Amino acid sequence: MNLTLRIWRQKGPEDKGRMVTYRVEDVSPDMSFLEMLDVLNERLILEGEEPIAFDHDCREGICGMCSLMINGEAHGPQRGTTACQLHMRQFSDGDTIDIEPWRARAFPVVKDLVVNRSAFDKIISAGGYITAPTGSAPEAHSVPVAKANADAAFESAACIGCGACVAACPNGSGMLFTAAKVTQLSLVPQGQPERYTRVIGMVDAHDEAGFGGCTNIGECAAACPKGIPLNTIGRLNRDYLTATAKRAGTPGS
Amino acid sequence: MDLYTEGDPIADTKAPDGPIETRWERRRFEAKLVNPANRRKLTVIVVGTGLAGGSAAATLAEQGYHVRSYCYQDSPRRAHSIAAQGGINAAKNYRNDGDSVHRLFYDTVKGGDFRSRESNVHRLAEVSVNIIDQCVAQGVPFAREYGGLLDTRSFGGAQVQRTFYARGQTGQQLLLGAYQALERQIGLGNVEMNARHEMLELVVVDGRARGIVVRDLVTGEITTELADAVVLASGGYGNVFYLSTNAKGCNVTASWRAHRKGAYFANPCYTQIHPTCIPVSGDHQSKLTLMSESLRNDGRVWVPKAKGDNRNPRDIPEDERDYYLERIYPSFGNLVPRDIASRAAKNVCDEGRGVGPTGLGVYLDFADAIERLGRKAIEAKYGNLFEMYERITGEDPYEVPMRIYPAVHYTMGGLWVDYDLQSTIPGLFVIGEANFSDHGANRLGASALMQGLADGYFVLPNTLPNYLANAGSFGKIDASHPEVVAARVAVEERIQKLLSINGDRTVDSFHRELGQIMWEHCGMERSEAGLRKAIDEIRVLREQFWQRVRVPGDGEGLNQSLEKAGRVADFFELAELMCIDALHREESCGGHFRAEHQTPDGEAQRDDDRFAYAAAWEYTGDQPVLHKEDLKFEYVHPTQRSYK
Repeated sequence: MNLTLRIWRQKGPEDKGRMVTYRVEDVSPDMSFLEMLDVLNERLILEGEEPIAFDHDCREGICGMCSLMINGEAHGPQRGTTACQLHMRQFSDGDTIDIEPWRARAFPVVKDLVVNRSAFDKIISAGGYITAPTGSAPEAHSVPVAKANADAAFESAACIGCGACVAACPNGSGMLFTAAKVTQLSLVPQGQPERYTRVIGMVDAHDEAGFGGCTNIGECAAACPKGIPLNTIGRLNRDYLTATAKRAGTPGS
Repeated sequence: MDLYTEGDPIADTKAPDGPIETRWERRRFEAKLVNPANRRKLTVIVVGTGLAGGSAAATLAEQGYHVRSYCYQDSPRRAHSIAAQGGINAAKNYRNDGDSVHRLFYDTVKGGDFRSRESNVHRLAEVSVNIIDQCVAQGVPFAREYGGLLDTRSFGGAQVQRTFYARGQTGQQLLLGAYQALERQIGLGNVEMNARHEMLELVVVDGRARGIVVRDLVTGEITTELADAVVLASGGYGNVFYLSTNAKGCNVTASWRAHRKGAYFANPCYTQIHPTCIPVSGDHQSKLTLMSESLRNDGRVWVPKAKGDNRNPRDIPEDERDYYLERIYPSFGNLVPRDIASRAAKNVCDEGRGVGPTGLGVYLDFADAIERLGRKAIEAKYGNLFEMYERITGEDPYEVPMRIYPAVHYTMGGLWVDYDLQSTIPGLFVIGEANFSDHGANRLGASALMQGLADGYFVLPNTLPNYLANAGSFGKIDASHPEVVAARVAVEERIQKLLSINGDRTVDSFHRELGQIMWEHCGMERSEAGLRKAIDEIRVLREQFWQRVRVPGDGEGLNQSLEKAGRVADFFELAELMCIDALHREESCGGHFRAEHQTPDGEAQRDDDRFAYAAAWEYTGDQPVLHKEDLKFEYVHPTQRSYK
């Protein structure tokens, strides 16, 4: 099939950036979306142009590195699918496809379609863990975990940290990402001691990094390639409220 | 042979002797320690943030060392360990089904086809049980039973259920556990994290590893980072084949640069070809996707009996199908180990009985299982994998059999290390897939995660201090030291050279061609004539690369073509060494199958009299020098593997 691509080109953080039109021909329906960009890049290099920079690594939907806004949808039109797993059979001959980077205040553009998502790491660093220094762990079976809780923790732990939730949110909020980790760790007994300091730390870091607030629009969960449920944000809010009331960290509270 | 020379033998001098189950404890006791007050004055560089690097960096920081961590991805959470699907082995014996540390040790030595070091493998089995405890304490959501205890399953043909798992995302969950421990240490200021940085050279001063040269992939800035020890956790080199199940960025550069500076490279030809991957669909193919090995528990592998039978698989009657694994290996059937399943698939395709548009594929058919267990049961077990298959191929595996073909998946070879995981360069330690130590010639399923975390959480943090205890005598160096300057200048010159060629071929076109040579001649089956041909072709292609490659842009700022060019340049050199290693090993063992060395019925034939050693190669710039480390088997006696 033949396609028209309109791709965001931006030399660096200081450049204003613009959409540039490219035509690609003989695209196979068996190609992945990124392979289609590979083929275009090979051509650009031989034509003496700079190839389009985009992030990708595992190309099997698990590392979370790919991050393309395709026709205004994070990771494109197919539900539950990262851009690297999206295949060209989802498109038709003659289509025009707009490709843009994630756009959010907390994710500044580095170049073309590449953005800086280190703000996510800062949120984890501020409490998205259970303190368990190596060597200190008790025997694994000393604390059983109810299967329902373990399964629900897993659902939230499936987050790949790609940032589609932020890109899809009109507020540029990172609340689904934050809530997924808060939910995972608050559902297991090992996560209880730090439960309330964790949620405060992570939400503070989220706000400091420039993410917007959550206004329950729900675009995030619709865009999430891993199906992180919106109700994790409800759990976060509940823990946050309790933490504020308890004045997290105060002994005996 | 005309391609290499043989030097002195090499030996591991760190593993204590005595009963094997006492060696690790003795080594830990005999190793020197570093006073807590002195630890914060010592800096350790860790390259790579996968299971091995992430867990090591976090643990060393918890102990009080100052750690500097580097990864090429935009976040340490994205290292390719994240893609591991199946599970992690541990000798917990929660099933009471006869497992033990000794049995895991035994299975791993045997599975590696008697080409690994007994002391290391025993230690791996010992610490496997601590890994599960550690990960559970971190909140890793392993699969659990209704009673709240951990679930386990049998994996990769093991006769005990020792594999712990988190659906099909075990690697992801274990890596996020290590990543979160690492982020905690970053938050505490004990680890300085440098994402989007790539190591391009090792700094060796007075015979010791003292730092690395890195390029900031965003700004293009090249800097030297100095330390008291360097740890490489930079993964495997499967991408030398271009197409593999590795992430696109996986590369050998960190290891290869260290090799060029004096670290021996051991058993480079040992590569694992995984039997169940989605076949290549066309020239645009950029990577191969694994379908979990667990599918072979319920799927039946077959091809048509007749050559060139391209009827719809559903129209081919039972008696015209060849369920070849069940036919050749009646006792293991579809569950034979990876190396055997892969080669059998290649053989039927070579006979012209392969399926799909390219003829390079075999069917993995779930029709019987769906009839026996119902579609619901199959959906519950494999639903996510079936969906992934459909997304990639556009075919519904509930209706038509999957098509699969083998693909490069893991590399058992790597930098040579002793029992302390130290390379032949003092102060350079190598952990995880980047070293060669534990899997011999073939890795068992669910053992890669175990080894990565064993090295990072429990082994290195107990052996590195023995080296650092003498750090006071290393001598002070700074960025102006001549060796340090020379390393940085060499990196800058190489980058300038790559940018200045401005030829007429892209980096990817060279990489693809190199991969084809390697797959053809150094893949599932190797022969003397093929390997010699490959070496000639690699040399010609490498020369072409340095004359004709076009790397657009400049060294300032993000330049993904430049990153790739440096990696492919190193793959060329590695590829030649892999072929020389494969050529010199005139036997078949594990993932290394030489056409000339097979039993009358086509199985791998080892030659223990001549080849029961690890081949450690020294870089000279000209012909490599082979150093042999003899392998002694005191506990597990070499036998011919048989799965018939």
